[in-house]
Amino acid sequence: MNFDYALVISRLPEVFHAMGVTLGIWIVSLIGATLLGFAVAVGRRYGPRWLDWILLAYVELFRGTPFLIQLFLLYFGGPYAGLSLDAIPAGVVGLSVYGAAYFSELFRAGFEAVPLGHVEAAQCAGFSRLQIVRRILLPEMTMLVLPSAINLAISLLKDTAIMSVITVPELTLTISALGTEFYAFVESLFLLALCYWGLTEICSGLGRLAERKLSRFRFATP
Amino acid sequence: MTPTLFGLLIKAALYTVLISGVSIVIGVTLGMGVAAARLSSRLWLTGPARAYVSFFRGVPLLVQLLLIYNLLPAVGVNVPSVVAAISGLALCTSAYQAENLRGGFTSVPRGLLESAEMVGLTPWQQLIRIRAPIAFRLTLPAIVNEAIIILKASSLVSVVGIVELTRMAQDLDTSLYKPLQLYSAAGLLYFLINRGVASFGRWIEKRMSWGRA
Repeated sequence: MNFDYALVISRLPEVFHAMGVTLGIWIVSLIGATLLGFAVAVGRRYGPRWLDWILLAYVELFRGTPFLIQLFLLYFGGPYAGLSLDAIPAGVVGLSVYGAAYFSELFRAGFEAVPLGHVEAAQCAGFSRLQIVRRILLPEMTMLVLPSAINLAISLLKDTAIMSVITVPELTLTISALGTEFYAFVESLFLLALCYWGLTEICSGLGRLAERKLSRFRFATP
Repeated sequence: MTPTLFGLLIKAALYTVLISGVSIVIGVTLGMGVAAARLSSRLWLTGPARAYVSFFRGVPLLVQLLLIYNLLPAVGVNVPSVVAAISGLALCTSAYQAENLRGGFTSVPRGLLESAEMVGLTPWQQLIRIRAPIAFRLTLPAIVNEAIIILKASSLVSVVGIVELTRMAQDLDTSLYKPLQLYSAAGLLYFLINRGVASFGRWIEKRMSWGRA
């Protein structure tokens, strides 16, 4: 195991660029998954019975099958159905739809955790449905949902690695290419693990910050 | 896809179910302890709990498995592959479950705890009888989410020498070269297992919905 660090340092800009790509697709997919997941949860709670059924089937299907297969179908099978996406948009769309299935379950748990009395009180006070979601459900479920949401965000970060198989130039693809080039597989894998750990630490740090900032919404025990 | 081939896949799927099932149960139990430790008021409990979550959630599962399987024998602890696989999966998932449950612990209605104190439950009894079950019920969908994620991630335990569903499909594919049939059959089996887990989760949710206020 002799690893030439000078060579790696000469390629550092490439690694940083790949990290930027990973960060970018992760953040965009995360926003997409959260919004879509929230819409699914609201649709399941307030929509008609048939919508609930369709959305449940969606959740079961996308949560139950591996992301790799979904991505393959979207990227390689999509063109046959008239949906041609480039690698990065395909990755972002795929990860958003995949992640939304998990997020919708989180939001469902959050909705159910809010005491019925609070919702009834809001109804008696004449709140509209939208107001109940915005003023009662969302704030009260924040402290329950936030740690799990950070969990999911970290899982999705690790899932961006799967996009390397459809040639998205992200961290895993770039660093394993370096490993092949320098014939240093162990070192490159360690570097890869270190990069992801750095990103997850930033993510959980932001989560802790958000929890501190939002703790005024805490209605239960410390 | 002949019946014998499918039989081999099903047998491998049983391994997947067994290993991830045991890991999920250990992971939730361990996660409960870690979450309680993280929320405790004692610093010597919160510090290690936080480090535990940061390590096992931050380091990729593949690296953890390789560390357990290759590093522990180097210091004289011999680890059979099944033990390495289960402990790797369980340690990793417990960090995630701890975070899920922590959200639940902070959302236990205050009135319940006050009443528990009024009837004279000790802090330990409050934890076991009131806080832990309610935290579990509140975060059940998130716990099922994580269980499904770990079920799919169990395909990684092939690196410690266990032939589970994905590995079996790969092995059969290298000798038969029928990738489409084999991988779609494996995908279908994963889907069915995950459906089972999700339905089980919903069943517990219904069972535990007593006395919701």
